[in-house]
Amino acid sequence: MTLAAEAAEDCHRPVVELEGVSFSFGDRKVIDGLSLTVRERDFVGIIGPNGSGKTTLLRLIVGLLKPDKGGVRLFGVPAERFRDRHLIGYVPQRKAFNPLFPATVREVVLSGLFGRRKLFRRLTRADQERCRDALEVLGIADLESRRIGALSGGQQQRVFLARALIASPRLLILDEPTAGVDEETQDNFFGLLRHMHQKHNMTFLMVTHDTERVRSYLGMQPETASGRLSFYVRHSHGLEDCAETDLLHTLRMKEG
Amino acid sequence: MLELFAAGFFLRALLGGALIALTAALVGVFIVLRRQAMIGDGIAHVSIAGVALGFLIHLYPIGVGIAFAVAASLAIEALRRAYRTYAELSIAVIMAGGIALASLFFTMGMGFNVNVTSYLFGSIYTLDDTDLAVIAAIAAAVLAFAIVFHKELFLLAFDEDAAAVNGLPVRAFNVLASVLTALVISAAIKIVGALLVSALLTIPAACALALARSFRQALGLAAAAGEIAVILGLLAAGWWNLAPGGTVVLLLIAMLAAALAARRLRI
Repeated sequence: MTLAAEAAEDCHRPVVELEGVSFSFGDRKVIDGLSLTVRERDFVGIIGPNGSGKTTLLRLIVGLLKPDKGGVRLFGVPAERFRDRHLIGYVPQRKAFNPLFPATVREVVLSGLFGRRKLFRRLTRADQERCRDALEVLGIADLESRRIGALSGGQQQRVFLARALIASPRLLILDEPTAGVDEETQDNFFGLLRHMHQKHNMTFLMVTHDTERVRSYLGMQPETASGRLSFYVRHSHGLEDCAETDLLHTLRMKEG
Repeated sequence: MLELFAAGFFLRALLGGALIALTAALVGVFIVLRRQAMIGDGIAHVSIAGVALGFLIHLYPIGVGIAFAVAASLAIEALRRAYRTYAELSIAVIMAGGIALASLFFTMGMGFNVNVTSYLFGSIYTLDDTDLAVIAAIAAAVLAFAIVFHKELFLLAFDEDAAAVNGLPVRAFNVLASVLTALVISAAIKIVGALLVSALLTIPAACALALARSFRQALGLAAAAGEIAVILGLLAAGWWNLAPGGTVVLLLIAMLAAALAARRLRI
């Protein structure tokens, strides 16, 4: 175990815990007895070849799949009983959506708020402001009323990130967020994630093909491995020292 | 024209048609976006089996039709979960079952053939007060559902996984949406007939999707397209003595052609 991880153990609560999790599609075992603990303010990069179960692992963690064996805990609560879903932001693979769908950027971003807590409730003025904040910070405010399918890949990716961030999650889960966008956009996007990790109380779980960028931020050696999956981890200890104008900061203040 | 409006049967037809046009268009946008455009055909044919059985055992045919339609929608939803990537497969299976059952009931009671054809092609001029009350109740239920849960329905249609991750009770929503779809379809059968029901669901949605930029716009445009086609279609059919169901559907197709042309001009 690395020094950083030991320090983390002392001062930060586990956010995601997997214990002996196994999962198969038919008779093909995809995840085999995986145990993993992700602590508050960890940035975990998951790397593996196609078909190694990266996406399956994320889907197990967010509850879209149920493990055959073993258990998942979120923020210390068994996943089946976990109710505070707004604590989790999820950015799915971009190719998963229908590009002809009639939905504006605003509609998509606001939908990040639609959970159990918002059932039977109208969107408030504060919700609209959060949406504007999120769009502002991700630099897509001018695209607000465009149809999402008409945007470039990099812009769509920012829309989905904005949707994941609008509810001020403590855990952000990203499934190959940079697939299919150009180098410069990837750099910007990764810079954004790095900033959020260093300056804000957020935990990251990211699946990616992008070994280079992951290593340059999370270190050359994976902390653990399971099957063909490698887990690169970096912990951040910085304080929340961000300027008032920052998205997550303002969102937090409103939350309180 | 005035005599048409003076006739009670025609006013009832207009009222029932207007209610169904609105609800079918809203439900239609939702099912088309979820790639279930054929669900209308599938459920309508099962519903016809119910109607046939209703005649056979002397029960309110639309009532039995509704019961069959609801059962079919639940079966489709269950099959959809079993074959996630083949949503249309479940509909094909259910539709085949419906036709088979209907043909069975048809032949068991040779004497009621005349009545059943009115359900195949629609018989909007024979709406009685009970029918109208049933249609109004269904329309009210669908509208209430759509208004109260429009946010959640958007997310469910756009990204069902995200809805589940956000903690929405996705399964309950899907079941409820299926049941409401079945209700709308059974009610629409009396208006345009089982063979054309799916037109009332899908063509307004197709018009809207050709033009809409937002979900809200899509719902509004679909509702408008449905209303215009049903009201103008019924008036034209009444005036020139045409088959009402067929007139409405042909008008819808003409509107779709216009919407596609408009889109081409805009781009």
